[in-house]
Amino acid sequence: MLGRRSDLPLRGDATSRYLPWLVALMVFLSAVAIAGAFALNGMIDRWDRDVAGTLTVQVTPVTGDGGEALTEDRVKAAAEVMRRTPGILAVRPLDKQQTLALLEPWLGSTEVVQDLPLPRLIDVTVDSDARIDLAAVSERLTKAVPGATIDDHRVWLSRLINLSRTIQWLALAIVGLIGAVTSLAVIYATRTGMSVHHGVIEVLHLIGAHDDYIARQFADRAFSLGFGGGLIGLGMAVPALTAIGWAARRVEGGFVPQLTLPFTAFVVIGTLPAVAAVVAMLAARVTVHGSLARMP
Amino acid sequence: MVRNRPRGENIIRFDNVGLRYGLGPEVLQDVSFALPAGSFHFLTGPSGAGKSSLLRLMYLGLRPTRGRVMLFDRDIAQTQRYELPALRRRIGVVFQDFRLIDHLSALDNVALPLRVRGVKENEVQKHVPELLSWVGLADQLQSKPPTLSGGQKQRVAIARAVIGRPDLLLADEPTGNVDDHIAMRLLYLFEELNKLGTTILIATHSEQLVGRFSHHPRLHIEHGTVMQVS
Repeated sequence: MLGRRSDLPLRGDATSRYLPWLVALMVFLSAVAIAGAFALNGMIDRWDRDVAGTLTVQVTPVTGDGGEALTEDRVKAAAEVMRRTPGILAVRPLDKQQTLALLEPWLGSTEVVQDLPLPRLIDVTVDSDARIDLAAVSERLTKAVPGATIDDHRVWLSRLINLSRTIQWLALAIVGLIGAVTSLAVIYATRTGMSVHHGVIEVLHLIGAHDDYIARQFADRAFSLGFGGGLIGLGMAVPALTAIGWAARRVEGGFVPQLTLPFTAFVVIGTLPAVAAVVAMLAARVTVHGSLARMP
Repeated sequence: MVRNRPRGENIIRFDNVGLRYGLGPEVLQDVSFALPAGSFHFLTGPSGAGKSSLLRLMYLGLRPTRGRVMLFDRDIAQTQRYELPALRRRIGVVFQDFRLIDHLSALDNVALPLRVRGVKENEVQKHVPELLSWVGLADQLQSKPPTLSGGQKQRVAIARAVIGRPDLLLADEPTGNVDDHIAMRLLYLFEELNKLGTTILIATHSEQLVGRFSHHPRLHIEHGTVMQVS
């Protein structure tokens, strides 16, 4: 396809010289958008997996004299309720130091909050196959320890997942828009090329060339320009994505989950130059056929 | 490519054909004539009489505004667009302004009609140099049109028109830019093709040329109307 004979002098066309750079930019943006969509998908899966097997029980602290000991009793009582619940694999009450350690990434030094009455947390591991009636467990827990609450993280997670899914759809819409813009650029370049080479096209037409003979020459040229531009774009995207991944890994404290791309993402991104070339080829072919149909 | 067609059967037939460009006046009015298969005609007339427009209708570069054009027994108005390339391949055209493709060599220009038909490259490389040698351009095979003289370009254009052994050859002033010797040689080439069965129509305003080949009938066009002159 890249080495086929062409009767039209399309190689020297000034109108299509910018096309590879435009395609390069489009492939670069598509690669970033697709990588973002895949990375978000991975993050959602990881959040879902991490949260699916856990519950958190929160026990409100008792203030005043002897409050520390009373709070400790409440934690034990709540832990006991959870242990008696079928389907619970492990119950791990966090002591005050562990609770403070959780706050450290947000507050820095926790010395100032040492004396504050902090709610106590119990980390509960659940058998993922078990069907636990959370409402019933919550009722039993509140009876045993007034003010204790149970959180399966679903509300928080579902909002986060909704946001992530919206961003994913947005990324896909951006890829679609990029495809449309690339097609429009190819259509414009092809129409200009047809206008510049109108004389040659007319001669080919009059000596009996089928429309597809002429369209194929424009399509071949668009394919090679699209593929070349796509490779340049991919060449720009790889270091950019590597840099983003490296920067994300440097963020401490678990604010940003580890950004990893599945094998499928590499395959999809790797095929972008070919996809861009095929889109360019089809756009050119359809444009030429449309224009030639107006000739006698 | 030339089909064995009984002489006398019409290759092309115009019935009351009219042509106008846009909303302008009719440049051809009620044109009716027929070219029998295997005939050799001159098309004469003063400049601006409509010779080129008539030829454009014949090589399907234009559609008539009215009337009926029959080409190879097909009514052009009833013919689907996708069928037209097959009809065009049966017509060889020598354009007045040659219409050679400047970035292609003489060889590639002449090879075009064969390549659009999908003729194998070894066949192309065999026949095209042979024909270019015949028209005196053996040493210009790789020359590009901008480096050729007017006469050489014309011979390349003629070679391109006849390489496919067309059923119908239409030539618009094919000897306008060549000296007498070459003009006669080209006319003999057309006569040879005619003997092989190709129907020939040569548009010219050279009365001298027509006089030399006065055994061929002519169509005369003036003020957009055509008369057959025996």
